[in-house]
Amino acid sequence: MTEASPRVRRRALARIWAIAALPLLAILIALIVGAVIILGSELIAGGPFNPILPLTAYLALIQGAFGTFDAVVDTLVATSPLVFGGLAVAVAFRAGLFNIGAQGQFLMGALGAVAAGVAVSGQPSIIAIPIAVAAGVAAGALAGFIPGFLKATSGAHEVVTTIMLNYIAIQILALLVSGPLKVPNSPSPVTFEVGNASYPVLFGPNGHLGIVIAVVAVVVLSWVLYRTTLGFEIRAVGTNPDAAANAGMRPRGITVLSMTIAGALAGLAGTDVVLGSAHHMTSSFGTTVGFDSIAVALLARSEPIGILPAALLFGAMRAGADLMQIKAQIPRELVDVIQATILLVLVATPVLRRLINLRGTKAAIAPPPTITRSYGSGEAQP
Amino acid sequence: MDVIANALYGIPILGLLFQFGGYLIAIIPPIAPIILRSATPLALGALCGVMCERSGVVNIGIEGTMLAAAFTGWAVGVGLAPVLGGTPSAIFGATPVLLIALGAALLVSLAIAAVHAWLSITVRADQIISGTIINIAAFGVTGYLNAIIAKGSPTSAGAFTAWTPPSALTDLPIVGWILAMFLAQGPITMSVLVLVVVLQVLLFRSRWGLRTRAVGEHPKAAETVGIDVIRIRYRNVILAGLLAGLAGAFLSMESTNSFQAEMTAGRGYIALAAMIVGRWTPVGALLAALLFSSFEAIGQVLSFRPPGGELGDLLTAVPGQVYSALPYLVTIIVLAGVVGRSIPPAADGRPYERESAT
Repeated sequence: MTEASPRVRRRALARIWAIAALPLLAILIALIVGAVIILGSELIAGGPFNPILPLTAYLALIQGAFGTFDAVVDTLVATSPLVFGGLAVAVAFRAGLFNIGAQGQFLMGALGAVAAGVAVSGQPSIIAIPIAVAAGVAAGALAGFIPGFLKATSGAHEVVTTIMLNYIAIQILALLVSGPLKVPNSPSPVTFEVGNASYPVLFGPNGHLGIVIAVVAVVVLSWVLYRTTLGFEIRAVGTNPDAAANAGMRPRGITVLSMTIAGALAGLAGTDVVLGSAHHMTSSFGTTVGFDSIAVALLARSEPIGILPAALLFGAMRAGADLMQIKAQIPRELVDVIQATILLVLVATPVLRRLINLRGTKAAIAPPPTITRSYGSGEAQP
Repeated sequence: MDVIANALYGIPILGLLFQFGGYLIAIIPPIAPIILRSATPLALGALCGVMCERSGVVNIGIEGTMLAAAFTGWAVGVGLAPVLGGTPSAIFGATPVLLIALGAALLVSLAIAAVHAWLSITVRADQIISGTIINIAAFGVTGYLNAIIAKGSPTSAGAFTAWTPPSALTDLPIVGWILAMFLAQGPITMSVLVLVVVLQVLLFRSRWGLRTRAVGEHPKAAETVGIDVIRIRYRNVILAGLLAGLAGAFLSMESTNSFQAEMTAGRGYIALAAMIVGRWTPVGALLAALLFSSFEAIGQVLSFRPPGGELGDLLTAVPGQVYSALPYLVTIIVLAGVVGRSIPPAADGRPYERESAT
């Protein structure tokens, strides 16, 4: 092997800089905004004013996320569903669709995994796990297929239909967990444990198989999007459905297929939480994975490879938030504020570029131009 | 007449439908005020959507604007109640604190609408992404501040109360319940009707309305006849924010007197569906909102006052979660069935770029 020449190395560095500079700047600005909000809320809450409280909070956040080996494992466990969820939103983005329904697909996937997992909990793991995973993926895929199908046939915009499905999923979950799936004679609505269908723990106290599957999923998605005909068609339809139709592709079919794939991936996120860490389900089962996934996909510009660092960032914040709440008495909801600020800064990138001269950087959020254009959709899809 | 009824009762499904119709006729008059009340945030949100989208700007951020306004109204009330106090006046139970809180809620909604206007008109960001980020931001900031304020278990400043119309009016036969539906209401619910009529007239009969529609349909043509596209869009989006703010204030200051995280529960999105079903007109939006809210209200009534007979047995056998999911389900079905025939303004969602003068 020959040593890479300095020029090649410089060019590689420039490429990384072009992609990473704006997200990093956005994170920095969000941390500053978060600090200002912490100081401001000290004033609202009254009591003694502590000017270094933001620093204490952030240090506790970092310590909670990466302080010990177990903390790092916890962070990875929190990251893995975000990887699947981020991919679910990203694939849809690539096809020109905005999948706000990751939350509902996530819940349906979790429900499918817990229902099948409980049923096969006595079987050997080698049989039980694939069945539970398949059920979770299928339930998520169905939840993704519905809005895709409605969009392709009637033009009902996926932003509204997927959000309605999010609320319907909550009710389906409550219905099943307090009904057919409930442990008989239990005082509270709760399901049985998934037993042998649980992901095996590979490292640390709870570093489970799902973390590995998440990395594999990123590689597979990356390959599908850039190395297969299907991936090419998804990207073509996302960029310009008319041109894709003229080239003999079927935008409607791709719309349905991409939403189904997205639903399956979000279903994997739900499966990951149920089989990897929760092991059973209560009727109030719910996490922030769905909305965090949108942030992950936007931060990663819908690039499968970028999903990994973006998911790690939000996974670390979610995992570290508890220690921050204990040590600095800062509500864990601060993570939501930081997340929202990152997105706001990213979406206002053109202005940021004008203010600070960042040469050679790429646009931070580059959604396909078709997302808003298809809204309401009086014009039927080609 | 009885013969026909009995004959109809004999056919199983038709009989059940017939019974259901009779049940609806019996329960709708007493719950009509509730239907209008739960339609209020939907209708106000839909009006906000109509104003934005008629001028060509998609606003998904209605949900977040509502949430932020609901929080602000409640929080300002909580903050000022111990300082200003005051007894509720005879008119809608208004106190100075409530009025200031309402003002604050509206100001916040103006500010959020201004951010959305700036992002989607000047920055030309994707409008649906901009709106979604506003929703995520509103969720995060209100959740965070609510966690801080709720620590002190504060007392709320109360809420606007409904007017009690004289019983001479509401006891009138046939029209009595319709009058009660519109009059036994709080100030924000009552204002909806006025706003719908005013906006409908303005949108289709005034210079502002003509310009707004021109900008939403064909901005380039509008610009060539001297209409300032950017200014019209800014003005519409920002003023429309007030309507979403009013919807939020209704949630925390009229229908309840408290705030919970995520209390909008998707109403901002159902409002968008109402706007689409109502074909981007104020009156249509109100009717669609009433349709959605009557499903919500009937679902609730069914769970605590089911009809008798076999119909009752059938309906009570259905779990409550089905009724809770009903408004969302109806939204999807109506949207999928209607949207193909409901055509949005032609330039909806497309940023306008002025051609540079050479």
